[in-house]
Amino acid sequence: MGDVRTSAEPREAEGTTRRSFYIGAIYGIWGIISAALGLPAIAYLLLPPKVRKENEWIEIGDVSKLAPDSPVEITFRRNRVDGWKILSEKSTAWVVKQANNQVVAFGPQCTHLGCAYHWEENKNEFLCPCHSSVFAVDGKVVSGPAPRPLDRYQTKIQGTRLLIGPLDKSEQKA
Amino acid sequence: MKRHWERAAGWLDHRTGIQTAVRQFLYEEIPASSGWHQVFGSVAVFLFLVQAFTGALLAFNYAPTPGDAYNSLRYILTELTGGRLMRGLHHWGASMMIVVVVLHMVQVFLYGAYKKPREATWMVGVVLLLLTLAYGLTGYLLPWDNRAYWGTVVTTQIAGQAPVLGPYLTRLLGGGGAVGVVTFARFYGMHVLLLPPATLLLIAVHVYLVRKHGVAPAPGDELLPNKQFYPRQVFMDTVAIFAAFAVLFATAVVVRVPLEQLADPTDTTYIPRPEWYFLFLFQTLKLFSGPLEIVGSVVLPGMAVLALILAPFLDRGQMVKVTRRTVASTFVALAAIGWTGLTARAVMTTPQASEVEIDYSAPTDWMQLSPEEMAGVAYFREENCVSCHSTGEGGAKIGPDLTSTSIHKDAAWMIQHFKRPAAMRPGSSMPPIQLSDAQLNSLAAFLLKLNPDNATALGNAPEFATEGALVYQANHCGSCHLVNGVGMKVGPPLNGLSKRRSRSWVEEHFADPETLSPGSIMPRVKLSTKDMENLTTYLFALPE
Repeated sequence: MGDVRTSAEPREAEGTTRRSFYIGAIYGIWGIISAALGLPAIAYLLLPPKVRKENEWIEIGDVSKLAPDSPVEITFRRNRVDGWKILSEKSTAWVVKQANNQVVAFGPQCTHLGCAYHWEENKNEFLCPCHSSVFAVDGKVVSGPAPRPLDRYQTKIQGTRLLIGPLDKSEQKA
Repeated sequence: MKRHWERAAGWLDHRTGIQTAVRQFLYEEIPASSGWHQVFGSVAVFLFLVQAFTGALLAFNYAPTPGDAYNSLRYILTELTGGRLMRGLHHWGASMMIVVVVLHMVQVFLYGAYKKPREATWMVGVVLLLLTLAYGLTGYLLPWDNRAYWGTVVTTQIAGQAPVLGPYLTRLLGGGGAVGVVTFARFYGMHVLLLPPATLLLIAVHVYLVRKHGVAPAPGDELLPNKQFYPRQVFMDTVAIFAAFAVLFATAVVVRVPLEQLADPTDTTYIPRPEWYFLFLFQTLKLFSGPLEIVGSVVLPGMAVLALILAPFLDRGQMVKVTRRTVASTFVALAAIGWTGLTARAVMTTPQASEVEIDYSAPTDWMQLSPEEMAGVAYFREENCVSCHSTGEGGAKIGPDLTSTSIHKDAAWMIQHFKRPAAMRPGSSMPPIQLSDAQLNSLAAFLLKLNPDNATALGNAPEFATEGALVYQANHCGSCHLVNGVGMKVGPPLNGLSKRRSRSWVEEHFADPETLSPGSIMPRVKLSTKDMENLTTYLFALPE
């Protein structure tokens, strides 16, 4: 049965080939167009901007005035790049001179959910009022829900002047 | 598997009718003569969708208020990956959409497809053309650079000339003649809130009407069996869409859309020109003067639009073959010649801009360099340092990467090294640089400023700036003047000079300071024409 063909069949077959070519081309072309528009759009929305950031070092105080292991909150102004704007805004750091004379500047937010914590003078620890996270003077988590130690600013000391740079996220609890 | 799929589709269709609707749409019968000449409508719809897509993406990073608009657009262009592509697609897509919409209209006109019962389809189409032009008009202002600002000043003035409606139009466009925050908000609102839904609605009506009356048949079609829209015609439409998209994409990648300087309402030298598709109107306006001006600005364009809308009622004859429609063909040919003539005349009479235009869509970090550092860029290029050294990208070169030298070397070391490379770094194959001490100082100053983040941005420094800085250094201008905070304060600081003085004043002042500013202790400076031009352009390009 398969060997015997009526005269109409080849023409029919040709019509089917052309039809499937049309359909294949339609899907192929729309695939290319979607990719050519979609991929750059994803890159445009998701890749971080090429910030030509200048690592700003800001002088925030005099290290000779710091007492060992006694954190002080220092307020300063710094520029922050926000999209197409550069904002000058108030920012704070908790600065501690440690026993080995190293100076550390902690970022002002609790690593749990970003509340502002403070220094409890009589208990010698940092306490976050939101969910009672407690940090030691070296920033390590003592108790509470905080997942990692306090974030630290990069610091530089020139003479007795303390300069701080960008805020580094602390490592996940080691 | 296939059965499951069919069952799912059947379930959905039973609830929504979607499958039936799509089938009805795709298997619509179209006349036997249908073919490549009918692709333009689909291409126009596609381009509209591209505009909507790229427009929405641009809006995600765009602040629609004057000033911020410009800065956010610069941010899109210089700092976001794909930002330049998105703006390119949106900018060139607008031009292309106008071309395609007009081609669509010409095809329909030539084939007489607007005849009874399709008059309403045609009239909705004319309104869609006007909407497309309205996008162009309102979108032109949104970059808020000089071009945008001054172009819109002229547009709003013309609108204000309209008989009777003039004052109301002016108020509608946001105020008493001045283009400011209100006008900007109105234009933006129209561009993104009013026009897109209006366009969508009219496209829907337009397509509905096409479907209601069927695609217009050509004489002779009644003798042949109908075809189906899918897949043959859909294939043709898709190929045409792909061709248009390929051209658009390539243009967006290759042709950079410039961003001029921030809109400056006090700039008296700027020569505004509208977008190319409005140039013929601009030229028509020039043919009339005095009290007749309104003929060119309002009466003629108004009559043309009216004639377009009424075309189906002006031509009520029987449908004839396209090759026999000589009157219509002549009409299209005359319109094309007229349009081309007016546009060409407008292009030819556009005076060359006297000032060098700086493209602000590229990083302009170079503007922050001091003249000494800028002169260093000139020596850096003259000595062809990059033939052996890399500057950040692609580090496979003989010498070390220069973007990191500033971290561990100082100027004194560099200068010694320039003079006798092997003495400072044994085994170095670098040839000594034959420059004077002052010139080597410049080069070192520039290298100290160079870091991986600004290398490409500083590489953008235009030639007039490097050459101008060389002239500045050679004439020791910095012994009295201050540029970007570097130099002396004996004479006035030179930042913002372009705001205080005209170009010609500055050039004459070089030759004879005392006459132009009495009491000045500035010595006469003799410069060649070329040096004068470079120095003045450089000084005018300094940030304020």
